[in-house]
Amino acid sequence: MSSRRIFARPARFAAIAPYVWMVLFFLVPFGFVLKISLSQTAIAQPPYEPVFDLTAGWDALKAAFAALSVDNFKLLGSDDIYVFAYVRSLNVAVTATTLLLLIGYPIAYGMARLPKRWQGIAMVLVIVPFWTSFLIRIYAWINILQHDGLLNQVLLALHLVSQPVVWLSTDTAMYIGIVYSYLPFMILPLYATLAKMEPALEEAASDLGAPPWQVFWLVTFPLSLPGVGAGVLLCFIPIVGEFVIPDLLAGSNSLMIGQTLWLEFFTNKDWPVASAAAIVLLVVLLVPLLLYERLQKRQLEQGR
Amino acid sequence: MAEESPGTKVAAETAGGDACPDAGQPLLRIEGVAKTFGTFRAVDGVSLDIKAGEFFALLGPSGCGKTTLLRMLAGFEAPDEGRILLGGKDIALALPHERPINMMFQNYALFPHLSVRDNIAFGLKRAGMARAEIATRVSEMVALVKLEGLEKRKPDQLSGGQRQRVALARALARRPKLLLLDEPLAALDKKLRESTQGELMELQRRLGMTFIIVTHDQEEAMTMADRIGVMKSGKLAQVAPPRELYEAPHSRWIAEFVGDINLFDGETKLRDGHRLVIGTRDAGALVVAEPREGVGSGKLAVAIRPEKVKLSRRGPVTEAGRETAINILDGVIADICYLGGTTTYKVKLDTGGMLQASVANSARLDIDAYSLNQHVVAWFTPDDCVVLQS
Repeated sequence: MSSRRIFARPARFAAIAPYVWMVLFFLVPFGFVLKISLSQTAIAQPPYEPVFDLTAGWDALKAAFAALSVDNFKLLGSDDIYVFAYVRSLNVAVTATTLLLLIGYPIAYGMARLPKRWQGIAMVLVIVPFWTSFLIRIYAWINILQHDGLLNQVLLALHLVSQPVVWLSTDTAMYIGIVYSYLPFMILPLYATLAKMEPALEEAASDLGAPPWQVFWLVTFPLSLPGVGAGVLLCFIPIVGEFVIPDLLAGSNSLMIGQTLWLEFFTNKDWPVASAAAIVLLVVLLVPLLLYERLQKRQLEQGR
Repeated sequence: MAEESPGTKVAAETAGGDACPDAGQPLLRIEGVAKTFGTFRAVDGVSLDIKAGEFFALLGPSGCGKTTLLRMLAGFEAPDEGRILLGGKDIALALPHERPINMMFQNYALFPHLSVRDNIAFGLKRAGMARAEIATRVSEMVALVKLEGLEKRKPDQLSGGQRQRVALARALARRPKLLLLDEPLAALDKKLRESTQGELMELQRRLGMTFIIVTHDQEEAMTMADRIGVMKSGKLAQVAPPRELYEAPHSRWIAEFVGDINLFDGETKLRDGHRLVIGTRDAGALVVAEPREGVGSGKLAVAIRPEKVKLSRRGPVTEAGRETAINILDGVIADICYLGGTTTYKVKLDTGGMLQASVANSARLDIDAYSLNQHVVAWFTPDDCVVLQS
């Protein structure tokens, strides 16, 4: 009994710690953003009102609450710019995630089938680019993709094109940048599930008469779905809110929601609308997250 | 390396359908098959014929190549040398899904995302069988392995024994010409293993299928198999029915690997008709029956199984006993190991060696049981001894 006592407290603390963290660094800031999204822009410091002043007394606080409105959310719905930005963001995220899955799966599969001692090296090769700043790597792509950049030089030298191709400020450049940057997030969870899969399962399938493509579709792929889910979400969610890559590599005629947010916040100094846009984005992203969680729960119930 | 009776020359024709091949023609013929991994020769020139309807066991210590040989039969490894003929057709390089052979995997390898029903139906669907036919076959298989009512369960909702049955049903569903079983009972506890052994034998006889089982458990091989192939360092050391393997081992290694045995090294001293007198260092002169194939001149070993050794306080009692029990050795009980059905005594011989004797505990109350340091006489007949080349 006494030993149980000793362990009880740290154990309970360990269980609470993540919640404390979430409340302090996620829920409270979220409350701030929510409050700002319900405020009105103002030429002031901070650039919105009303501002809660806890020292002003109960009545002043009540008045401040009464002044809150959902006008900003109405604006988001009424102005095409925002709707287009959301649609484009989701569009880009879906396309990019599909590309990532199509490129990442064969790489992860190949890695998982390498001899054990090569797997570690392959893993390092996947992770190594992270040792350089993300921004520098995107600038490197600008260098490669620009008018007299490496890519055009190679294409010209091989006589594949007669004139330099315009890469920069196109969606192609943006997709190259996104796929390049997010590939490890797709590969690593896929690799993890594929590597721990029992090789005998694939052998059993082929022993029972399944040619290689059926072995893949009927056994390997269904069993790697947890990894697919993790990889897709790890890529999809941040890509929806991506700002740097579209800003540096894509054209400026259609913006993603991350860029719109930036514009509202820093150029227009309209914090309330920017906050409202961020909250809508969060709600949009919550849907796939909840779906994923339900999927995981179902898998847990079935036992790994 | 030993080879069983050479079969007749195989015709280039495949035996059609599920029909048994002609009598005399082996179902499976393995010819000089070898497989090397890097510099390690896992299987080193194995030749073997297996008849249709036979229950064959590949027995050997871990790393002897038995699993590699089985995997080559299933098609998971391609042999570097040799041929594998199934019904006369060389399948050595055929892919696993092209072979009419199925395998039951060591850890069952059940598909975790599929129900019991879908696991069993997997192979049938791949064969393009009609829906209704699949349903019939699956319920037939479920009944065969007594899994009624569990069809919708997933593998992780089953006990170890039930999983083993699903694996068996899945492997049998396609009615393969040849079923390979890789340590099929290793994951079961002792009681379940024993009852499952009986069920497997019964099933194999009823279905008339050919089974090749890989095991490291010699009791399992002895119990189930019609013939056992013992493998050592990639080679077949002996292929024989269980009794022959136990009573007439080809080599010292086999004798020691299969069961317990007393071994006394020595040299031929005297030859008298069919009897040899072999002078041993540890047990003095022993009279043995001369093996049919004769013995060379070099060093020999006399092997005697513990249960063939008789013990008493004063030596053989009957007249008949006096005549046949020519090897009589005096000693002192040095160790007693009570095993329930039998007791194993270690007798320190006056000549210096140690002799193991296994005695059946035929009476519940045995006032005559031997005690430590008691003087005993051990004896055995020349025919109970096996002479092995050292």
